Amino acid sequence: MAAFETTIPGSPASSRPSVIIDFARSQPIAAVSFLFIIALAFASAFADYVAPYDPVALDFENVLTPPAAAHWFGTDNFGRDIFTRVLYGGRTALVIGVMSSFLGSISGGIIGVVSGYFSGRFDFYVQRFIDILLSFPIIVLAVVVVAMLGRNIIFGVDINLVVAIAIPIVPKVARVVRSSALSVRELPYIDAARAAGYSNARIIFRHMVPNVFAPFIIMFAAFVAQAILLEASLSFLGLGVTEPTPAWGLMLSGNAADFYREAPWMIIFPGVAISVTVFAFNLLGDGLRDYLDPKFKL
Amino acid sequence: MAGYILKRILYMIPTLIGVALLVFFLLRVVPGDIVELKLRGDGAAVSQETIEAERTRLGLNKPLYQQLGEWMVGLATFDFGKSMWTEAPVADEIGSRLGLTMQVAIMATIIAIILALPLGIISALYKDTWIDHLIRIVTIGGLAMPSFWVGMLVIIGLLYFFNWLPPLTYTPIWVDPIANLSQLIWPALAIAYRYSAVLTRMVRSSIIEVMLEDYIRTARAKGVAERLVIARHALSNALLPSITVLGLEFAFLIGGLVVTEQVFNLNGIGRLFVQAVIRNDFTLTQGIVMLIATIFIVTNLIVDVLYAYLDPRIRYGGR
Repeated sequence: MAAFETTIPGSPASSRPSVIIDFARSQPIAAVSFLFIIALAFASAFADYVAPYDPVALDFENVLTPPAAAHWFGTDNFGRDIFTRVLYGGRTALVIGVMSSFLGSISGGIIGVVSGYFSGRFDFYVQRFIDILLSFPIIVLAVVVVAMLGRNIIFGVDINLVVAIAIPIVPKVARVVRSSALSVRELPYIDAARAAGYSNARIIFRHMVPNVFAPFIIMFAAFVAQAILLEASLSFLGLGVTEPTPAWGLMLSGNAADFYREAPWMIIFPGVAISVTVFAFNLLGDGLRDYLDPKFKL
Repeated sequence: MAGYILKRILYMIPTLIGVALLVFFLLRVVPGDIVELKLRGDGAAVSQETIEAERTRLGLNKPLYQQLGEWMVGLATFDFGKSMWTEAPVADEIGSRLGLTMQVAIMATIIAIILALPLGIISALYKDTWIDHLIRIVTIGGLAMPSFWVGMLVIIGLLYFFNWLPPLTYTPIWVDPIANLSQLIWPALAIAYRYSAVLTRMVRSSIIEVMLEDYIRTARAKGVAERLVIARHALSNALLPSITVLGLEFAFLIGGLVVTEQVFNLNGIGRLFVQAVIRNDFTLTQGIVMLIATIFIVTNLIVDVLYAYLDPRIRYGGR
């Protein structure tokens, strides 16, 4: 790779840093959001070293301490440090948020491209199925799916929870990708590929997918935001991540509500963590959209 | 117009049948069923025969196609069966809670419209000034904060300032309207924040778009006062897309209530739904999901019809 970079001046690889600088210059808010997300990702990934306390260790000497130098965000009713738990909760939120958005976008994208490519009767039935999936509020669909699948924890991640959060994303991506697939399939180079006798699979994956990819990237950050909110809601309802795993939604559920008066910090900080993270992903998504597709800009 | 509406109503039916099928099969894949939970939930020693007898009584031992047939026939005749947990008819379980949920949803919608219209218009007319930036930050915040957490913050605030906690019992509006409204205004506000944020953004962007149209320039050129240009020419066209958002978000609202009702101790549809799912109460879950999907589909229908009524291009476009 290095050889190519030196032999071809101005190739995408060598111009990459300037793209980032250009993005940061034209979308400073999005760039700051991106930095925040990176910082959160590192802090939560290395929470074992960064966090001041053990996220699950009980400390009955220091129950419900208000925020102070020793405990920045205070402690909960078991004496667990809330700052530490918020950091570890970031791991849960990001891992589940990114995994489910990825799964949902990829599956939705494939369904959309295939449906748009074949069109006709096949497309009609796929679209009716998508109509059905779209006639539930996302949380209702996710709750039913979570109940249906139960728990299936692999490497500390509840895969079934990821699937449940991914499913509401599928029909949305499928819709958008299908409509761009419908316009792409009329282009001459698809005819050319067909005339060359390529298989449907090859045309779809080599010729269509790269060209319907743009809406994907634009929507991805917004989906992560939605997935993080959904995970928090499900965990809050007791249907998502379970104790003792630290998760933001879980920190707000159960007995946190018994301490509205004594320890409002138990409720304030995890919620701030959810909001700021979702905020950052939304701003990043808006910035990417404006940067990549200026005609959306208003 | 009548033909258009009829066509849309007929289109609804296959979608509803699809929803019914999907829910039925989703629930039947659940490992374990209500009987285990109901009889052995407290760790009681119950013989296998008793369990099987209960399963037979609830109709869980019937072949799947027969259960499906009964469910579909029941739906067609508006008989949703009995809750497997409380044995009360599903229609009664839902009926006794629907009023509460709908009241909160409608209150939130009204609050959202009252907030979003002026904010969206101001934001659009003063585009890129400090007030526009302020409104945009507040609205983006509304999209980021989970409504249940907003509800919790509201409760903390009420406790701190007024020493008020959400009451454990619900007062119907016809018993004591003031007590009812003072209780439900808070959850309505909590969910209206997100709702109005989405709406404000939509109103803002569609007004900005409309203001660039030729007919606005024409109106200005012929000397129409700016106030009239906005009120007559810009608003009436800009509000069209906002109606769609309003409808979509109303359906979303019902979803948001699933979580927010827990925070405010409201015994509405959302709470009933979560309970039913946790208890594997198939009949009740099916009933509620059908209800929510129907509300969603009917709302969309109303929006589409309204849209076609307001914008003749769609009606004659032959969609």
